[in-house]
Amino acid sequence: MSIKVRYFASLKESIGRSEDTLSFTPLLTVSDVWKLANPTIALSENILVAVNMDYVNYDFIVSDDDIVAFFPPVTGG
Amino acid sequence: MTLKIITQAFDPYQEIQRYQHAHPENLGHIGATNIFIGTMRDFNENVAVKGMTLEHYPGMTEKQLDNIVVEAHAQWQLIDTLIIHRVGTILPNEPIVLVAIWSSHRGDAFDACRYIMEALKSKAPFWKKEHLSNNDERWVTHNSTGYKTP
Repeated sequence: MSIKVRYFASLKESIGRSEDTLSFTPLLTVSDVWKLANPTIALSENILVAVNMDYVNYDFIVSDDDIVAFFPPVTGG
Repeated sequence: MTLKIITQAFDPYQEIQRYQHAHPENLGHIGATNIFIGTMRDFNENVAVKGMTLEHYPGMTEKQLDNIVVEAHAQWQLIDTLIIHRVGTILPNEPIVLVAIWSSHRGDAFDACRYIMEALKSKAPFWKKEHLSNNDERWVTHNSTGYKTP
């Protein structure tokens, strides 16, 4: 299974990259995806997650070709 | 219903006039127009701000805003909606966002405009980075309540 992971705003700056491509075989939640992509950084509770541009919870299980996005609280308007 | 994410400064009053002229089918049915315009201040949290950069997640922004407008149409009797939001570099006094609602009655227009604006603030993936007068930069970490606090 292969997915793309995207990061935005302050999270993109603190991690130092805007996206990852991950390949793995077991079923993973978005929380697992974070740990795989960022093994030394804890996933802060205020970070929002979207899969294919819809908000999901941290226990959402990803599928092949999903785009998982992590970002800080939104501040538009 | 129309949604525009734009990178250039815009005049919300001209946009509203242009939109109304482009939609003559709405005339006669409209009894209430409610407009919200959000404008960039030159201060935030007691610090002078000389500009900001608005980042967004292209595609998700449109998807979330579409969902919000569909929810508003399901909840209130609306004739039409127009949302315009800036991204990129923004200077003080420039409009950031326009939400315009047309309906037959004021209650629907007022309530839907407030709903769309508050939902946009909590769901649409935009992020502000402020450029301060002392040349520092900082990300805005959360939205305010929308009211002046002591």
